[in-house]
Amino acid sequence: MSLSPPLQPTVSPGPTRAGLSSTLLARVLPMPLPSARRASLLVERNLLVYRRGWLLILSGFFEPLFYLLSIGIGIGALVGTVTTDAGVAIDYTVFVAPALMASSAMNGAVYDSTFNIFFKLKYAKLYDAVLATPLSASDVAAGETTWALMRGALYSTTFLAVMLALGLVESWWAILAIPACILIGFAFAAVGLAATSFMKSWQNFEFVQLAILPMFLFSTTFYPLSVYPEALQVVVQCTPLYHGIELVRSLVTGIVDASILGHVLYLVVMGALGLIIGSKRLATLLLK
Amino acid sequence: MIEPASLTQDAAVDNRDAFEVGPGVEELVWARGLRKTFGDFTAVDGIDISVRRGEAFGFLGPNGAGKSSTMRMIGAVSPATEGRLRILGRDPVTDGPAIRARLGVVPQTDNLDQELTVRENLLIYGRYFGIPRAQIRARAAELLDFVQLTERADDLVEPLSGGMKRRLTIARSLINEPEMLLLDEPTTGLDPQARHALWDRLFRLKQRGVTLVLTTHYMDEAEQLCDRLVVMDKGRIAAEGSPAELIGTYSTREVLELRFPAGENEAHAGGLADLADRIEVLPDRLLLYTDDGDAAATAVVERGLHPASVLVRRSSLEDVFLRLTGRSLVD
Ligand SMILES: Nc1ncnc2c1ncn2[C@@H]1O[C@H](COP(=O)(O)OP(=O)(O)OP(=O)(O)O)[C@@H](O)[C@H]1O
Ligand SMILES: [Mg+2]
Repeated sequence: MSLSPPLQPTVSPGPTRAGLSSTLLARVLPMPLPSARRASLLVERNLLVYRRGWLLILSGFFEPLFYLLSIGIGIGALVGTVTTDAGVAIDYTVFVAPALMASSAMNGAVYDSTFNIFFKLKYAKLYDAVLATPLSASDVAAGETTWALMRGALYSTTFLAVMLALGLVESWWAILAIPACILIGFAFAAVGLAATSFMKSWQNFEFVQLAILPMFLFSTTFYPLSVYPEALQVVVQCTPLYHGIELVRSLVTGIVDASILGHVLYLVVMGALGLIIGSKRLATLLLK
Repeated sequence: MIEPASLTQDAAVDNRDAFEVGPGVEELVWARGLRKTFGDFTAVDGIDISVRRGEAFGFLGPNGAGKSSTMRMIGAVSPATEGRLRILGRDPVTDGPAIRARLGVVPQTDNLDQELTVRENLLIYGRYFGIPRAQIRARAAELLDFVQLTERADDLVEPLSGGMKRRLTIARSLINEPEMLLLDEPTTGLDPQARHALWDRLFRLKQRGVTLVLTTHYMDEAEQLCDRLVVMDKGRIAAEGSPAELIGTYSTREVLELRFPAGENEAHAGGLADLADRIEVLPDRLLLYTDDGDAAATAVVERGLHPASVLVRRSSLEDVFLRLTGRSLVD
């Protein structure tokens, strides 16, 4: 072993003005901003884990594919066409496919940021070890969210390729469906992280299912908003997956208008709030 | 009789505060009036600590004394509730990452990455410190050798024995070539051979200039490793000094241990009080503190008493601990 003696001499800081004001700043600011380099190290760690378990990653891809085959193609054959809220009649499979793409982005992100993070937080004590290094809680939050996004990007890209092969892509706008799905992943991963930080036991995860499943079923995934009575339409329009699905659907079908900006804004704000709350909560949980 | 340090400490703090604005250049840990509370509960109750570069500094104390809480504050992962703290000359509130970059930490409970192999644990931990991969690989190989885990390098961590996990945690703490090593009960769970091997390594690290801060329940560990130590009890520092100083201050030169049949120990204590400076009654034996153990032993027999066993030994840190905390360490 060649542990060299420490090199830098320690400099006594003395109570300088700069020292004082930076202390003050740190006390006022809730926590340091994440560093991209440090956050990426957590991604590197997850890659190392999945290098052995890459089959696990594949499973996240098959689920939406099965839905697409059964509902899109099977039920699509019975339904024929559907008139969207924009008033355009399109093939049912074309209608459902982007919704499944958006939903799977949500599912992947939620799974990663709830079950996986809870396990690492409470059982594996992974973050206790990580925080003893230069990484801070906000780096952990940013790193884990980035990881969830990378997986989401992978799934979305493959799913889009399948849609393309099945002739379900109608426009060049569809390329933007990939970043759109990453945005959906970001919004849900960040909120999932924040929610997880409040969870006490595995039983609490029932609530996750309780939030996810109705959203998946009712957020214009399988039929347009016009099916609902007025009052319910408003409720659906408040849920995040609705905005995700409408965003992806308009890009893949090429029926694009200014409303997509509203969807994007909704998801950006949701993700940012989730990340801020999640980082703070992680810090209080871990830095006791 | 000498005053316990805790009684004189408050006066000393005031005194020092008049002169001190911060740590000296060679003081890697400098704490004044350091407190840590959890809700209403006070875990660390206003302690002063100075650890100088190159020193081996120990915290000795019963369960719940606040050792780990203090170690976590020094490790810049737990914010102090009150008081002033400088680590490596810096403020952990503002410079946490910079401080942690130069520390090695062995926490009380292992928190290895269970999803990775032994070697990967070291590799990724080095990466967290931003060390280039090639450099970490070389260091990881050396460290695995150091803790004798080379043969298990490519096994997952999960099935390793407790002692092996402990050794890996220790190897991990060295991956960034730290200036200061924080060891929270480093040898708990190690077999005697591994303990001695570790002491030897820690001693060598110290010779290379690495500062050691450790907590322990083992008196022999404290005596072997620590240049200076504090005895902590209920969040406060009860005494401070080198092992020899502490024994000199808080105990007599020798101790006479007497074992009477079960239940009789207490009854005999009163009749023997005049033979010693002090008597401790333990459930299974009496401890007579005196500078001449043999003379006291003879006197006991002259009084017509026949203990089941009689032992004269030198005072140890164990006796200091008993005196200061009223508890013996169970080991
Ligand atoms: N996160 C926490 N929340 C609430 N109380 C805590 C927390 N951490 C420690 N404590 C309490 O603070 C006290 C000191 O704990 P600490 O772990 O510092 O003791 P210790 O000296 O390391 O003991 P041991 O020898 O058992 O490791 C204990 O009473 C403990 O219950
Ligand atoms: Mg402890």
